[in-house]
Amino acid sequence: MENISLNKHISGQFNAELGDIRNRVLAMGGLVERQLEQSLDALATLDAELASKIIEGDHKVNGMEVSIDEECTRIIAKRQPAASDLRLIIAISKTIADLERIGDATVRIAKAALEKRTNNQQPLLVSIESMGRHATHTLHQTLDALARMDADAAFELHKSDAKLDAEYEGIIRQLMTYMMEDPRSIPGVLDVLWAARAVERVGDRCKNICEYIIYYVKGKDVRHTSYEDMEKDLQE
Amino acid sequence: MISIDPNKTKTDAEKVDLANLPDSETALEIRGLNLRYGDKQALFDIGMKIPKKQVTAFIGPSGCGKSTLLRCINRMNDLVDTCHIDGEILLHGQNIYDKAVDVAALRRNVGMVFQRPNPFPKSIYENVVYGLRLQGENNRRVLDEACERSLRGAAIWDEVKDRLHDNAFGLSGGQQQRLVIARAIAIEPEVLLLDEPTSALDPISTLTIEELITELKSKYTVVIVTHNMQQAARVSDQTAFMYMGELIEYADTNTIFTTPQKKKTEDYITGRYG
Repeated sequence: MENISLNKHISGQFNAELGDIRNRVLAMGGLVERQLEQSLDALATLDAELASKIIEGDHKVNGMEVSIDEECTRIIAKRQPAASDLRLIIAISKTIADLERIGDATVRIAKAALEKRTNNQQPLLVSIESMGRHATHTLHQTLDALARMDADAAFELHKSDAKLDAEYEGIIRQLMTYMMEDPRSIPGVLDVLWAARAVERVGDRCKNICEYIIYYVKGKDVRHTSYEDMEKDLQE
Repeated sequence: MISIDPNKTKTDAEKVDLANLPDSETALEIRGLNLRYGDKQALFDIGMKIPKKQVTAFIGPSGCGKSTLLRCINRMNDLVDTCHIDGEILLHGQNIYDKAVDVAALRRNVGMVFQRPNPFPKSIYENVVYGLRLQGENNRRVLDEACERSLRGAAIWDEVKDRLHDNAFGLSGGQQQRLVIARAIAIEPEVLLLDEPTSALDPISTLTIEELITELKSKYTVVIVTHNMQQAARVSDQTAFMYMGELIEYADTNTIFTTPQKKKTEDYITGRYG
């Protein structure tokens, strides 16, 4: 909490509004994180019931995005936030869009769990599971950095996405081998491919959220900049 | 085909380097200005360059010295006996506090509009041409022409053109304030000082004045003191934040309102001051 000073506004009502909206984003993050974990569990165990529950639960994530967005609009209209308050609202409004897309990714993974699988596809699912654990961990850390508004942690997480990308490349190569060996496996493999792609996108979304954290803390837009430039911005 | 540099936004292109502003683009330069009312020091070592034909806003809490600083620019503080000033304010490279400077001439160059509209108890027409008459201008055609030009410049011509000889007190507050601005620009000053020009007006009149301020900067350098931070954000190109008689931060308005560099500025504009 050291980087965030919500409690010093002259207007106590404004304080409460900012605090409330922040809590709601963190709650939404928690929900998405749980959805992601469960969708990977469902895929690993091919648990159709759990998968359906996750697909159902995405409505709640969508609903939270809409209501937080409305609250952002209301705060901008009524409070005309400036400087760090403004950056907080903008960062939140963008973060929830990415969280919602992570929610969509969990639905895609859950849908892959609903497909009928033959036994020889089991090893495929194992490699996704490992990648998925990695993605879940990244999301957890990102939400943690968001809660603390920790720009340095966000920067480290941003850099670590390369590992997830490498894992994804590995899975693609593996899947291509399967497809070449047995063309009949292609429909099933494609499902796995989509799921892997969804997991990989979770990492990209986390990267975006890290950029918003840095934007909030440092006031610097670090999108599409090199790591050297980002590091310079962070040290300023 | 229009080529757009993706790395350069419009605001970047317009951003002025205030520290290294060339003389040709500087309307006013304040250097090491200290001001005391008796024993109490009200301004501490103020130094800033105010760019030509732009709107510069002074913001800060009550008693921070922003109005005092504004008044220094046309030597309104001369009227206060206990007031002692050192430092310089340069207009055309000349210190306005030089003994050789004619204060009346200075005030012709640097016009001022106050918080409450203060029209004279005369007709609208006589209010506008007052300054010109004072300068000895009595040619009817010249006065008529100046009257229309100034009223148009102050965006009030259409509302008053059919009743130029009615008493100015018959106008609404917002109209009176625009009339006072017309009176100020009738003598064609270079710099226009506005001391909280909308604080006595309703929101709609405020918007018309703000719209007017944006138009005025095509011809004049405007310096405005305002209590309304959002107003500073809306109308100004540069913003100076003052606190306890010191200039804390002076930068382009976009920077001040999105990423201020000083903690005090941040606290003030986000409402954490106190």
